[in-house]
Amino acid sequence: MLAFVIRRVGQSILVLLIVGLVAFSMFRFVGDPIDNMLGQERTIEDVERLRAQLGLDQPFPVQYFRFLEGAIQGNFGVSYRQGREVSEILLERAPATLELAFVSGVLAIAIGIMLGVFTAIRRNGATAHIIMAASLIGVSLPTFLIGILLIYLFSVELGWLPSFGRGETVSIGDWWTTGFLTESGRKALILPAITLGLYQMTLIMRLVRSEMLEVLRQDYIRFARARGLKERAVNFHHALKNTMVPVVTVIGLQLGAIIAFAIITETVFQWPGVGLLFINAIQFVDIPVMAAYLMLISVMFVGINLLVDILYVFIDPRLRVDRTGGHS
Amino acid sequence: MTDTQTNQAAPPEAVDKSLWQDFRESDFFYAFKRSPVALVSFAVVCILVLSAVFAPLIAPTNPFDPASLNLMNGFTPPLEPNAFTGDAFLMGTDDQGRDVFSTILYGMRISLFVGASAVLFAMVLGITLGLVSGYFGGWTETIIMRVADVQLTFPSILVAMLIFGIAKGFTPVEYRDQMAIWVLILAIGLSDWVQFARVVRGATLVEKSKDYVAAARLIGRSPWAIMLKHILPNALSPVLVIATISLALAIIAEATLSFLGVGAPPTQPSLGTLIRIGQGFLFSGEWWILFFPACTLLALALSVNLLGDWLRDALNPRLR
Repeated sequence: MLAFVIRRVGQSILVLLIVGLVAFSMFRFVGDPIDNMLGQERTIEDVERLRAQLGLDQPFPVQYFRFLEGAIQGNFGVSYRQGREVSEILLERAPATLELAFVSGVLAIAIGIMLGVFTAIRRNGATAHIIMAASLIGVSLPTFLIGILLIYLFSVELGWLPSFGRGETVSIGDWWTTGFLTESGRKALILPAITLGLYQMTLIMRLVRSEMLEVLRQDYIRFARARGLKERAVNFHHALKNTMVPVVTVIGLQLGAIIAFAIITETVFQWPGVGLLFINAIQFVDIPVMAAYLMLISVMFVGINLLVDILYVFIDPRLRVDRTGGHS
Repeated sequence: MTDTQTNQAAPPEAVDKSLWQDFRESDFFYAFKRSPVALVSFAVVCILVLSAVFAPLIAPTNPFDPASLNLMNGFTPPLEPNAFTGDAFLMGTDDQGRDVFSTILYGMRISLFVGASAVLFAMVLGITLGLVSGYFGGWTETIIMRVADVQLTFPSILVAMLIFGIAKGFTPVEYRDQMAIWVLILAIGLSDWVQFARVVRGATLVEKSKDYVAAARLIGRSPWAIMLKHILPNALSPVLVIATISLALAIIAEATLSFLGVGAPPTQPSLGTLIRIGQGFLFSGEWWILFFPACTLLALALSVNLLGDWLRDALNPRLR
């Protein structure tokens, strides 16, 4: 067990080091960092001084090590475009993305599980068929078209909900801003959250449905029914509970996907989050922001995967035998 | 493919029959004729691809020729004569008087070109790496498959965005717009090779241990000849399925990137770029500038996708 965890952690660190190398090469080789920092009017002494100051005269591995050191402390340098610390900009943008991701995650999980259970129990009902067909369309529509469609319906035609931005926000503490506390903030959240969560919702729904169908066929469900338990108790306490292991895994893995797909949703709705920042950074080739986002999202993905892998071994004892030995 | 059964479905060229006759009598063609989904989606794909290829002949105007544009024609609704010039357009015009129908035809060319090239690139890369890692094994295999695993944990659209951003950074400023299409192909292709590599590696591992491979090795054929001429043909049907489904995904990925403004430049608008432009007119009521490109994209992606799904079922011997 311990050997497996250590090996898995080691692999994760290796991946992060490689991603760091990519991010660092972007810094080092895309354009000249000195050019980007000093303006047109500069002397050779200035250039040399800054070069020494930034450590650019050091050998490559030393520079790479310094970059990693900085990255661990959250220091990614200054944005070429905004002229501010990247970490500061990221911190300022993070609450918007996290709130959006949180709400769409909750929506996706709650509605997804509900619909999954429903379509599994009423497998042959007309409503269930309609929901399944609709979910197919939901999966094949590109996210940005769903967003545009929602904007067209609810902002342009009906005029109920705003089509862009976060609405009014309230500051909590030093750096967190929330849209939950104002009416316009809550209203602004609805359309982006649906757009972002729809794909995950259909995914969870289909997974819960197929797992439920599998479980409902098993003997202990029949015995539970034979014992005279209520239909409700059988469906939720006996069946749903046992579908949760794969569902929780998928939800865990989809967390990262939600943050990644937030890039698209944030662009459609001009949501002032980290994803929109990243897209703008690509458009303007703002390397420090790109590098920071790359590192941030990699840490998140690698971390989530590591966690899910380790949890899996804890939950499912069958996996322990062949993985820890390493010889089988 | 794990068994040799599939070889019977597509028999090697018979001596006395032409290839076309052979194809018409195959189970595959029979299944195709009997499936309405396959027929309809194949027809839609054909119509769209042909109209993209022959866009210069079909399109009423050339949207990239400033001489053919008349600013007075701007914002003409579909099928209504323009108030000033009296010209009517099938799908209306945009703000500069460009015929939307023509821009869609030309845009589809770019979407299809990028999508197909990206899949081709991913396929060549994936097949090569899959064959190499399956045939040689050892360290090569470990490294290739580890990279594949790591890449699979990231959503492919994110990988494509990152590669696009990095490649854009490395391209000199003056070439960025010119190179955007090629960078896009590189980014989408690199984000998509893993599926091919995994399938081909799996097939290679199975085939490698069979007698005919040992025999080929014994008579002294080179490893590359064995991989390409003997092993690869046995893995072609799953590769074909993945290629079709990847094409749908690549078209959507291209549209998404272009929509986000990190793909095809405005000088070479793809369907995604057109949707991005059209979104700007959503609030002022010119719905057709957005609506028709979006429908075209949907029709294209959906029909390729359905075709891929059908292909997967049709070529899967377990489902017969």
